[in-house]
Amino acid sequence: MDESKKGVSRRDFLRAGSIGMAGLAGITGLRALAQPATANALPPFQEGDDGNIHDHGGAGVVGQVDHEANGFHPHEILTDFDYGEVKEENGRIVREWNFVAIDKEFEIAPGIYFPGWVYGSETSAASRRASRVVGQCPGPTLRCVEGELLRLNFTNAGSHPHTIHFHGIHSAFMDGIPGVGRGMINTGESFTYEFEAKPFGCHLYHCHAVPLKRHIHKGLYGAFIIDPDPEKYSGEEQEIAKTRNHQYTENEAVNEMVIVMNGFDTNFDGDNEVYAANSIAFGYGMASPIPIQRDQRQRLYLINATEFDPINSIHIHANFFDYYDHGTTLKPTLTTVDTIMQCQAQRGILEFSFADFEPGLYMFHAHQSEFAELGWMSFFDVRA
Amino acid sequence: MEQTATTLTSRVPKWALAIFPLVLVIALIVLFFLLNPLAFFTGAFPPLEELTVQRVLFPEDGRIQLSVINGGPDPVTIAQVLVDDAYWNFEITPDNTLGRLQQATIDLNYPWVDGEPLPIVLITATGITFEAEVDVAVQSPQTSAATFVAYGLLGIYVGVIPVALGMLWYPFLRRIDRKWVNAFLALTIGLLVFLFVDTVLEALEIAEEMPGVFQGIPIVVFGTLFALGVLLAVSRREGGGSPLAIATFIALGIGLHNFGEGLAIGAAFATGAAALGSFLVVGFTLHNITEGIGIAAPLTQTERPPIRTFILLALLAGAPAMLGTWIGGFAFNPFLATLFLSLGAGAILQVIWEVGKLLINDAQKRNEAAVSWLNFAGLTAGILVMYLTAFLVKF
Repeated sequence: MDESKKGVSRRDFLRAGSIGMAGLAGITGLRALAQPATANALPPFQEGDDGNIHDHGGAGVVGQVDHEANGFHPHEILTDFDYGEVKEENGRIVREWNFVAIDKEFEIAPGIYFPGWVYGSETSAASRRASRVVGQCPGPTLRCVEGELLRLNFTNAGSHPHTIHFHGIHSAFMDGIPGVGRGMINTGESFTYEFEAKPFGCHLYHCHAVPLKRHIHKGLYGAFIIDPDPEKYSGEEQEIAKTRNHQYTENEAVNEMVIVMNGFDTNFDGDNEVYAANSIAFGYGMASPIPIQRDQRQRLYLINATEFDPINSIHIHANFFDYYDHGTTLKPTLTTVDTIMQCQAQRGILEFSFADFEPGLYMFHAHQSEFAELGWMSFFDVRA
Repeated sequence: MEQTATTLTSRVPKWALAIFPLVLVIALIVLFFLLNPLAFFTGAFPPLEELTVQRVLFPEDGRIQLSVINGGPDPVTIAQVLVDDAYWNFEITPDNTLGRLQQATIDLNYPWVDGEPLPIVLITATGITFEAEVDVAVQSPQTSAATFVAYGLLGIYVGVIPVALGMLWYPFLRRIDRKWVNAFLALTIGLLVFLFVDTVLEALEIAEEMPGVFQGIPIVVFGTLFALGVLLAVSRREGGGSPLAIATFIALGIGLHNFGEGLAIGAAFATGAAALGSFLVVGFTLHNITEGIGIAAPLTQTERPPIRTFILLALLAGAPAMLGTWIGGFAFNPFLATLFLSLGAGAILQVIWEVGKLLINDAQKRNEAAVSWLNFAGLTAGILVMYLTAFLVKF
């Protein structure tokens, strides 16, 4: 990393963020989202009994990230699928989301604040818990079923023009890039992206406004998962498709998780100071590992949104997995591997199990040691 | 018109006249803070963060200690520490938020590798990074009797011994012709000119390491002028100009220079920068031998002083190097190093002046040109010898 001696103000981003939220309320006329009272508290994630980061040979960060202040929690993002609102129009299933982009400063490692640009959705877990739209990084995981008509009402409440560009099949008009269709959506403006959900798989969406690198790296990206429709397949493929489709009971038997691999260049020198799984350095570290029931099948939707570095990777310790590149097939594209790499925007599905394993902490991380030691290091807490 | 003005001010007591502008200044400051007329500009002002890592110590295997100072106008919060591109656990005292000019100590348990470079980066709450460059990780000197003696000996090798050896040329200098003595005095001026340039450059280099608020370059300029002024005044008052007085001032100037040199050597050994070890020490010994000739040369103009005088002069010029290696090795401080090097530069400038006058007076007495070819050759030889022997110590 290069030395940088000049500071950059992060405080005015906070200001801009709050103004953006106020403007948003006026633009979309947010309705209060009815939620049980208990939903206002963060779910009881285990942070380690003593409140300290457990020792990993002295490696790691000092202190704790204030997830309450961020408004989103890596453990919540891990398993939160934003299904939007489903309705029927002229005999067709329509899935709709109310989406915003805002400026938001958030804590990416204990004590380190990043002046980000982020997406938020009315129907994300974080927003429902707060009864208002909460911006989060990575953005809400959109989940739908192939063949559905998707409608994304996007409002730009940020300080710069933004777009949403989906990795999927759609018309040029809906591609969310500058100069085509509606192009860049200016501050205070809205646009509805509408297209059919296809092909099924593990995809992503991100802002495609220019300068592109800055818009992505600031935090405007998220997972976009299209479940296969079992009715389109038969036999063994149909059974597999059922486990992949959130509307089928077969899917409930599988523990599904989403990890967006990302990085943050806090001093804006073109090199990341922090790498993470779902934004928070060591967010699933020893002090707050991901709980795993060892007999349950595991499915991990993995997306690489890392900027500046050409590739990122994942390695699961003491275990092997099947891999579905882009998630667009029902049969694995790689079987019995323990490490895969993804270029920028590449993604895939990992399927594995800890059945019959000794309970304990099983590590997983980028197998670029540098990324791991800069925050992209995590643990599964396998329980009997 | 003028009269009324005079009578107006003459009625006011003297103290009030002295205080009046100050009252206005205070009123202006209060107004500035209350009304904030610069608010128009502040919107785009980022908080200016400036941290300086003053020292990185490796007190023992598996431990690193950094001392940090906030030289910027705003408070800075150190959020995390990266060692070799990895987040690492650390403790910071007294607090991880440093106010203006506040210092902090950071302790890490890190298995550093002996003899390898180790980049350490501090990352602040706003994500700005500050790097502490470690050329080579080597164990820092412990405050034990053995290391104390070792660093003292280092000072003797580079300071006292070469100066004393150089002064042994005194009997030779006494035996040679007056013209040649003058040439040696010119040679002394030459080596002093080299030392002056070298000292100023060294001071400027260390000044660069200081936080900007300490204004390193003004310290160098005014430190030099201050030492020059004080020594010129002192030498006038002492009646100055006697060969012994000149030799003493040369020894003093060289002593201050050697103090600075000792600081640099001590710090280099302590921080692992002096990987060349004994080669460096031999180099300094050869480099500094000429300093002894410089001190001895003016003494040829008078009757032979007692041995005690020579010993005292050698100590005056050489012993400060010991003090320097101790301070440099155990408690290096860029501010003090810059200050002493600047004072040394001023002291050297003063002896250049004195020795030059000695030459000019002698020439005038005999109706000769002070800048004879022989003297000029001596001057050039002095600079050249210093330049060439510096090859052994510069890298």
